[in-house]
Amino acid sequence: MNIGPITVPIELVRIMVAILAFSLFIGLNGVILVWLERKVAGHVQRRPGPYEVGPHGLLQPVADALKLIGKQLFIPKGADKILFWAAPILSFLPVFLLLIPMPFGPKLFALDVDLGLLLILAFAGVNVLAICLAGWSSRNKWSLLGAARAVSQCVAYEIPMLLSLLSVAFMEGTLNLTQIVNQQEPWLWNIVYQPLAFIIFFVCAVAETNRCPFDLPEAESELTAGFHTEYSGMAFSMFMLAEYSYIIVVCCVATAVFLGGWHGPFYPGSWWFLGKVYALILVFMWLRWTYPRVRFDQLLNINWKWLLPLSLLNLFVTAFLVKVL
Amino acid sequence: MLHTEREYSKLIAGDFYTHHMEPGPDDRTMILNMGPQHPSTHGVLRIVIEIDGEYILRAEPVLGYLHRMQEKMGELKTYLQYMPNMGRVDYLHALAWNWAYVGAVERLGGIEVPERAQYVRVITTELNRISSHLLWWGAFLLDLGAFTPILYAFDDREKILDLLQIPTGSRLTLCYFRPGGVVNDLTKDFIDGLREFIPHMRSRLPMYKGLVTDNIILRKRVEGVGIITEETCRRYGATGPVVRGSGLAYDVRRAEPYSVYDKFDFEIPTDKECDAMGRYNVRVAEIEQSLRIIEQALDAMPDGPHMVKGAPKVKWKAPAGESYFAVEGARGKIGVHVVSDGSNTPYRVKLRAPGFCNMSLFAEVARGVLIADAVAILGSLDLVIPELDR
Repeated sequence: MNIGPITVPIELVRIMVAILAFSLFIGLNGVILVWLERKVAGHVQRRPGPYEVGPHGLLQPVADALKLIGKQLFIPKGADKILFWAAPILSFLPVFLLLIPMPFGPKLFALDVDLGLLLILAFAGVNVLAICLAGWSSRNKWSLLGAARAVSQCVAYEIPMLLSLLSVAFMEGTLNLTQIVNQQEPWLWNIVYQPLAFIIFFVCAVAETNRCPFDLPEAESELTAGFHTEYSGMAFSMFMLAEYSYIIVVCCVATAVFLGGWHGPFYPGSWWFLGKVYALILVFMWLRWTYPRVRFDQLLNINWKWLLPLSLLNLFVTAFLVKVL
Repeated sequence: MLHTEREYSKLIAGDFYTHHMEPGPDDRTMILNMGPQHPSTHGVLRIVIEIDGEYILRAEPVLGYLHRMQEKMGELKTYLQYMPNMGRVDYLHALAWNWAYVGAVERLGGIEVPERAQYVRVITTELNRISSHLLWWGAFLLDLGAFTPILYAFDDREKILDLLQIPTGSRLTLCYFRPGGVVNDLTKDFIDGLREFIPHMRSRLPMYKGLVTDNIILRKRVEGVGIITEETCRRYGATGPVVRGSGLAYDVRRAEPYSVYDKFDFEIPTDKECDAMGRYNVRVAEIEQSLRIIEQALDAMPDGPHMVKGAPKVKWKAPAGESYFAVEGARGKIGVHVVSDGSNTPYRVKLRAPGFCNMSLFAEVARGVLIADAVAILGSLDLVIPELDR
């Protein structure tokens, strides 16, 4: 591609466009989700939610963001400065990588990666490292406890999550997300063939994104605020934005793998994909504002005693049926 | 500036209260301050805990962050001037403290209370008890990580506060009783509003049960957690729902009936399980019993004056002597001991706060449990910190 006297490689343009589009997508969704979460919380609790800033409180996230930007960035005494500031950025950055193979529409994706599912699962793990760093470098005992919880929780729940996705991959014979969506029919989505895998995946997704009832790393009534106790202002909002972004990512994966992606009974397209993603996000919010928090040993028991054996069983049965049929 | 390890440990573990809780040489345990600013201590209670992983090896409550010298103030103010303090000792069940104090003063001065005033006291105090239990219910679930129930509870509590506002003139730190009666008589709007409220509250209780009490996550969190045996309760002098949740049907309203409580037909809910769920069930059941008492009191309330003729004025001098009066508060047995030397101020006022005894057993019960369980136990004791510190 020629722009005046300099030659720009087409790949670079594509990367720039993708980064810009992802930034917009994440930023916009973050704003919408902040508003939506507060609205859903309000309606679950029989109150209107934010109502003052803009029509139906639509500008509330903007006001929140301005407040957070204006806040002092505080660093506790004795904290490790470099790691302390690296943690929120490290938590947020992998989101860009995770969105690369996401098939938003028949022609709408950044890159058609053959190992898309593997890429997502691999880079989603970086978030654990970020949380661990945040808890460790804060030099706060509550943060440390939160970090320890986060690591054992995320590592434990990654296994059944992977196994449940693997059973779909066995069925479809590919790890390419675009192909997985393409092979599903407009109505007969993978959830029909793999209901157990979907449930396991969804439970794991709630745990992986640290959402209630599995929000133990940031359990505010036990650990004050867990790993982000010491973070203020934009550093805190980076963690929040990362959390919302991971919710979007897991919901996108669930939509692509289990719910037929952009397929729908009529007018297939990106709106189906976004609609399904947001329906799943609403379920996430509904769970958060309805349930109490589980205890830590119970959380791990659910994983090791139920989800892991069930997902293994599911995988074996799938493998057997794929071979036989 | 980076501190060395040694300086840092001095910084956090070397103060007056924790000097004997320094970590041991094996360095496997960690000393942790839960509070005074911690979301689940409901105020400024501080608990120093020694933990191994997430298991609590030792817990030691540290009091005094909200000490307001309520007892000393009693010695400096006249008998009537001290009344507003009573609404501030335990602001959630203010009227029970009102009653304990005026009861002690009436006993001291030999003051008769008109029949109607007795009924008014019963009605308002029981209403206040429901509001206190509702707030506990919401706050307890907040401790367990459920956000929504507290807003449902506040919805109903708001109705109670609106009602109590009519005769008392305030919503939280009520100061309604006086030696010899109550300040205002109950008006028609109050009684009508109350008659509407009782069926409304009854209709809400099944919803609470369906939404919250039967929830599997909640049950797993509180069943079998924080077992307090009857023997422990006796040793620490625990009262109220804590002791009733351990299977002992001790209620001051029944054990040593005061006022007109012997005329009402009500049950004392108990639970044999001795765990946090037991205490939860007792409190929820008490809401229903309070409604029953209010209904009976409304029906049986006689006409007449609401204040005795010649009730004590501000500079009233009590006869020399001493008296003690105990009532059943939402958190347990509230006792007020007043000693008079014949002047217009008490010589000594002793307040027996139920929360203090209930909190004392926490150190024993919390040994060997997870931090999450400790939060559940603390919540199930229903502590109001201003009452502990007085």
